[in-house]
Amino acid sequence: MTVKDIFETMDYGPAPESAADALAWLVDQGDRFGHFINGAFTEPGDGFDSKNPATGETLATLTQATQADVDAAVAAARKAQPKWAKLGGHGRARHLYALARLLQKHARLFAVLETLDNGKPIRESRDIDIPLAQRHFYYHAGMAQLMDSELSGREALGVCGQIIPWNFPLLMLAWKVAPALAMGNTVVLKPAEYTSLTALLFADICRQAGLPKGVVNIVTGDGAVGQMITAHPGIDKIAFTGSTEVGRQIRAATAGSGKALTLELGGKSPYIVFDDADLDSAIEGLVDAIWFNQGQVCCAGSRLLVQEGIAARFHDKLRARMQTLRIGNPLDKSIDMGALADPIQLQTIRDMVDSNTDGETFRVNAQLPAEGCYYPPTLITGLDPAHRLMQDEIFGPVLVSTTFRTPAEAVQIANNTRYGLAATVWTENVNLALDIAPKLAAGVVWVNATNLFDAAAGFGGIRDSGFGREGGWEGLRAYTKPTGKPKPLAPIAAYEGDGAADGIDRTPKLYIGGKQARPDGGYSQAIYGKSGKLLGHAPIASRKDIRNAVEAARGASGWAKSTAHLRAQILYYIAENLSSRASEFAARIDALTGTRQGAQEVETAITRLFTAAAWADKLDGAVKSVPIRGVAMAMHEPVGVIGALCPDEAPLLGLISVMAPAIAMGNRVVLCASQPFPLAATDFYQVLDTSDVPAGVVNILTGPHADLAPTLASHMDVDAVWSFSSTDLSATIERASAGNLKRTWVNNGHARDWQADHSRAVMDAATEIKTIWVPYGEG
Amino acid sequence: MHTEPQVIQTHLPQLTEPRNPGMELDLDWVRTAQANTSAIERRAATLPGRRSVKKDYQAAWLCKAISCIDLTTLAGDDTAGRVQRLCAKARQPVRADLLQALGMQGLTVGAVCVYHDMIAPAVEALKGSGIPVAAVSTGFPAGLSPFHLRVAEIEESVKAGAHEIDIVISRRHVLTGDWQALYDEMKTFRAACGDAHVKAILATGELGSLRNVARASLICMMAGADFIKTSTGKESVNATLPVSLVMIRAIRDYYDRTGYRVGYKPAGGISKAKDSLVYLSLIKEELGNRWLQPDLFRFGASSLLGDIERQLEHHVTGAYSASYRHPMG
Repeated sequence: MTVKDIFETMDYGPAPESAADALAWLVDQGDRFGHFINGAFTEPGDGFDSKNPATGETLATLTQATQADVDAAVAAARKAQPKWAKLGGHGRARHLYALARLLQKHARLFAVLETLDNGKPIRESRDIDIPLAQRHFYYHAGMAQLMDSELSGREALGVCGQIIPWNFPLLMLAWKVAPALAMGNTVVLKPAEYTSLTALLFADICRQAGLPKGVVNIVTGDGAVGQMITAHPGIDKIAFTGSTEVGRQIRAATAGSGKALTLELGGKSPYIVFDDADLDSAIEGLVDAIWFNQGQVCCAGSRLLVQEGIAARFHDKLRARMQTLRIGNPLDKSIDMGALADPIQLQTIRDMVDSNTDGETFRVNAQLPAEGCYYPPTLITGLDPAHRLMQDEIFGPVLVSTTFRTPAEAVQIANNTRYGLAATVWTENVNLALDIAPKLAAGVVWVNATNLFDAAAGFGGIRDSGFGREGGWEGLRAYTKPTGKPKPLAPIAAYEGDGAADGIDRTPKLYIGGKQARPDGGYSQAIYGKSGKLLGHAPIASRKDIRNAVEAARGASGWAKSTAHLRAQILYYIAENLSSRASEFAARIDALTGTRQGAQEVETAITRLFTAAAWADKLDGAVKSVPIRGVAMAMHEPVGVIGALCPDEAPLLGLISVMAPAIAMGNRVVLCASQPFPLAATDFYQVLDTSDVPAGVVNILTGPHADLAPTLASHMDVDAVWSFSSTDLSATIERASAGNLKRTWVNNGHARDWQADHSRAVMDAATEIKTIWVPYGEG
Repeated sequence: MHTEPQVIQTHLPQLTEPRNPGMELDLDWVRTAQANTSAIERRAATLPGRRSVKKDYQAAWLCKAISCIDLTTLAGDDTAGRVQRLCAKARQPVRADLLQALGMQGLTVGAVCVYHDMIAPAVEALKGSGIPVAAVSTGFPAGLSPFHLRVAEIEESVKAGAHEIDIVISRRHVLTGDWQALYDEMKTFRAACGDAHVKAILATGELGSLRNVARASLICMMAGADFIKTSTGKESVNATLPVSLVMIRAIRDYYDRTGYRVGYKPAGGISKAKDSLVYLSLIKEELGNRWLQPDLFRFGASSLLGDIERQLEHHVTGAYSASYRHPMG
């Protein structure tokens, strides 16, 4: 075409970014890679080809890690860890700063290599992935610097096994490696098999930065290598980003191992457009929501909810906008959508879309490149929540849409999902936006924007989207633990006896939904004192009692919406009423435990109630310093319904230490009382009854922990399960929790001194941080 | 060589397609118009990174930009001689040897834009070129002279031979939300223009918010504007990408609703060749190729041409250029 021709057609023409330097780097490495272990690349071994998904060309040959490779990587990390932690915050900060600088110096090389390897448009790798990865290292250099002063009482977990996905290869590496290193951990990282090249370039950068040997180890390979890491006894923590299915497997596989775990999994994030929104901007937002990275984004706004009155117009505008998306060579600077990361991924998307016959499917009629993994931007309107494509993650450039009538219905539809990663809300009405954002079941909410990320703002999900946060102070929890060595907790058996009771017979019951309830099964168990005297009968709760208690707890959701002041008042009132019966409770505890700890335990329990009441309105959120004009608010939200196996050894104090901070934060609890000494808990519900605690907020069950734990841990409407039982049920609970990926907090057979105050730890476990991004501006 | 009517046809919308007749004032529509500032700024900020034109394509796009320039002089010390020099540049905006090398002989700017008293010398100097003369009017730039005089000024300018009239709206009508008054004013101006093509200058830098820009854009189109234009060039903030996005989205909505295409003219502050490419890609993305013609798109600029000339010489020779190598206007 001549200049004159182009003057008439006004086509963009090609604008290719050169791949020469990236290809030269691959050649310099011999086009073959081993693993990066203990500061050096291993000899390349048997493996697989890494291909450019846009062309199908082989970029390099990678090595499939063997068990020996993983063992060597873990051993190197283990050996390096104490020294790395001892280096101190400032020492580590210098290394992280150097890594950030080197990422910046080689920014274009990383960007081009990422695009070659993954197929994403060069615009995205250049303007989004790589800058965010740099930012993550800078930010966490700062966290390393501040660790000594700001995180006293916390220390590194040890060796972290990190398994990352193929959609943001370097960025996910940064999200995993930077906080781990900052806190004094060492890592064994496995990039996704299709997209390992930028991780290997990062390994090269680690060498250049003079990072001590063994601090970062990178092994390549498929899911089998991931399993070796997950199962490795020398690893203290697993961090995984990927599919919900694999996340569930990892949860089950690590159950009872004592490994810390964070999972960042799939999503089906709602994108809600109200009728007063700036529709054109909302449509542009959708481009960044579902056609960013070809839709292969865990937090993609993939479920469009439009208010009914504007739906037709909005969809028309959207279809028109889709027509101008440019699909093709990802190295072209004017390309909006590149190639999907892999042929299997392409086939999965095709199958899902083709199997749907409902609604109206609109595919952009684009000229797709003949070679490579391309799928056109697609919109399916007229679906309802019951349709499979409205429920299942497609993980591609396919948007599904439905309508709603009212804000309340928007929330209902938005939350009608197993997932809970992100949500987007478009409205010009600040009242509506700030009302809706907290109601959405998601870890991140964007108002009038979408897919905003920053190292300072926590990112992570709820429900099947996983647990743990990445970024911000909250992200550091996932890479630290309290200092000190845990002591083992011996099982505490109930006393046996054959004595008789004296006085008028009392019948302790279960406490469910604010009412005393007989156990569904109709069985009770005799409870004896140390001398064998019969103290009473405790009901034996069954599956159905758990079902009823959870239902009552779920029904008491108004508790979370009540004011913190009110919750504090009720906690003080519980303390007041407990105090007036202190001697009775002390005597009961003494009789149950056969010790003289009762009076002390009651007094401490009253303190705990005061502490929880005090915190109820003081666990403030934060406003994060993110680089936009706007605010990113980190809000503490209650986890929801928490099931807890209460400590056996401190029958009243243990239960209250767990209950009080949890309900202070707005949670509802199902408490399984001390197994050997349950009668303090059954006395306690009388205190609750007289303290204005709304029905269902606290539910108390008695019975064998081992019988109750599996039901509680597998119940899909329970959001978290904790165990402080002296029966070590950690493995059972963690395995069963995989069903709905509920949060677990188990003792792994370790003791906790309940005379010490753990309120803060309980509150942390009882809350999720939701980040709400609100960009603003007028003018 | 083109003959005069043929060339003007490519420059004036009323000659290439039905002229926007305007419509009844639809306040419901006006009041539902929204513009989310931060979202619009994000779109504007990322656009330059999303589109890129290189090599021959860039040269062609820069030539397109030239064809859409309203080459402007709006100074108190303008004289017939000064205007004549500008008109000569309008006819031959780029050195003949460069145009020849590009195969773009005959390229001219979109129009020449002057004050009323300079219309006659401009018309004289452009005779036979087919390049229309645009006149700023209605008490430009503030628009605060007596209303009947502002209307009379339009009529005088049309009589003097201006093909296009750039009117300024009363910003106070926007700032006080007096949409009816704005509509009536614009309608009167449009009527006074007769067959001359009318551009409504919103003075967006003085409207307070992007939402006001969106609403004022709609009102002016409803009242029959052929073009909507950002600024006089005299405000402290002139054309910006966010403002442009708001205005061209209003144009798109108006077209979707009525079927009439209204033109867009960003003015002031666009002085780099690279900026002009971003503007063209913005128009292409949001409105489509049809708007990339001088009958529907103009740059109001005085120094942009100089930078484009240097870029074109660089394209032809491969060496970076110097401004003195290009004839002044």
